[in-house]
Amino acid sequence: MAHSIVVDNVSAGYGAVRVLHGVSIEVNDGETVVLLGTNGNGKSTLIKCIMGIIQPDEGEIYLEADGERINLAGRNPEEIVNLGVALVPEGRRLFPRLTVEENLLLGAYREEARRGIDRNLAFAFEAFPVLAERKNQLAGSMSGGEQQMLAVARALMSAPKVLLVDEPSVGLAPILVSRVIAKIRELKEEYQLTVLMAEQNFNQAVKIADRGYIIVHGEIAFAGEDTEALAGHELVKKYYLGA
Amino acid sequence: MNKERKIFLIVAAVLIVGSFLITTHMENRFYYKAAYVVLQYVVLATAWNILGGYTGYVNFGTAAFFAMGAYTAVALIKTWKPPLYVLLVTGGLVSGLLGLGIGYLTLRLRGVFFSIATLALAVVLQMIVSNWDYVGGGAGTAVLKPRSVPMFSNYDEFLFFVMAALAVVSVAIAWLIEKSWIGRGMAAIRDNEEAAECMGVPILKLKLFATTVSGALMGIAGAPFSYFVVYIEPTSAFHLDYAVNSLAMPMIGGTTTWLGPLVGAVLVGTAQQIATVTLSSEMNLLIVGSLLVGFVVFAPDGLVGLFGKVRARFAGKEA
Repeated sequence: MAHSIVVDNVSAGYGAVRVLHGVSIEVNDGETVVLLGTNGNGKSTLIKCIMGIIQPDEGEIYLEADGERINLAGRNPEEIVNLGVALVPEGRRLFPRLTVEENLLLGAYREEARRGIDRNLAFAFEAFPVLAERKNQLAGSMSGGEQQMLAVARALMSAPKVLLVDEPSVGLAPILVSRVIAKIRELKEEYQLTVLMAEQNFNQAVKIADRGYIIVHGEIAFAGEDTEALAGHELVKKYYLGA
Repeated sequence: MNKERKIFLIVAAVLIVGSFLITTHMENRFYYKAAYVVLQYVVLATAWNILGGYTGYVNFGTAAFFAMGAYTAVALIKTWKPPLYVLLVTGGLVSGLLGLGIGYLTLRLRGVFFSIATLALAVVLQMIVSNWDYVGGGAGTAVLKPRSVPMFSNYDEFLFFVMAALAVVSVAIAWLIEKSWIGRGMAAIRDNEEAAECMGVPILKLKLFATTVSGALMGIAGAPFSYFVVYIEPTSAFHLDYAVNSLAMPMIGGTTTWLGPLVGAVLVGTAQQIATVTLSSEMNLLIVGSLLVGFVVFAPDGLVGLFGKVRARFAGKEA
């Protein structure tokens, strides 16, 4: 049950604007890889490319599942969700006027996910008791931290093998960010997920990352083999540690 | 769920049989005419709501789909005068295809841009029909009703029964959609289309499904129209009333459930019929306009939403 993601020399953008220039990264089975970069450097664009929301202009994106190599470029998000990839989008992107339970059910929209829906819903409520308490409340009426938890729980409703997390720290107080990050680590171990997380909060991200990449102006500026290598790199010092 | 479905089926059957029994007991033809118009709005409002209420795409072109059904029927009547069910099926098919085509053309349009595109569709189609002499062109044409129909004492009673059955069927379709994964996906599109895409909701297919089903139901509602009015011309078939009413009725009733357009169409439609007789036939849009403004300001979730809120408050007090 090995699942990994290989992004090979991908260039992408919006219309005439090129955002990514030949990006290559790998996320191996069971790893948590962090994609570090400040705003506007292409983190979200890369995540959207993997998810099929944006099609890359050049390059290939592979999902390696149990020794099989599946090209994700050219596929739409529906197919990619079916292949076992799920996204916690930036800014949460919940369905604010639907209830918590409806939000969770929509996480399991795909045919494959519907089969296990009762079990996955029970898991979600077990992992996030606050969501069970509020299952009939409108998602938009919850606090930011609860909304982020809901976004994570919703992504897990499709029983994914690969979880993409786009900036879970946006708009949250530091203590809530810590909780969300801790929860992602806990769930990752429980579900044996492969995680790719885009984040600009270095101190939070390294808590769960095995290794990471630093992306600057749409290019991979540094690939750190472990968190120490990342922490020691001049770019991280420059951008995050104030040195 | 299954029990709910049974109850719904039984109520639907009772309503259809009931409307047939009415025709065997009631004489006054005015009531059939008035009820036909109200029931026609139940179909139109329900059809509008599948796209506008469930999926969140506001359609200003109801008249286009309705008139497309009506004029498809006129063309068929002029050629070989087939039985009514053929008119209904063909009218539905043509308007459904029109909906599918419009869905494809306007896929990238959202919000007010989609609405303008649908309004333009009605204008363009009216131009085309006005210049199509075979169906009467701009001057219109008279359509002869079949002289008799088995089991009914006259054709107006038969049309009333047909429209009652269509109303029941379209509400049932809306109910089925709402309770299914299709309806759940539509609600996701309405609430946050980008998020729906991220979750793997097939937004393209669902939008096309909504435009097709909504258009088809409007076309079916329009198919018997020429028999009902006897003389059909483009200005009346493409009248703005259809667009305004089919949008206002769900908004007044409530757009997120099957019940909303039904309640809205019955209340507003009946009020309009009463006003036509007691006040003047020009008062209709005035009534709808003031009601719509009132509801948008004071009860944005319509009557159904208002009722839910009141009930929730009561429950809160008791607890």
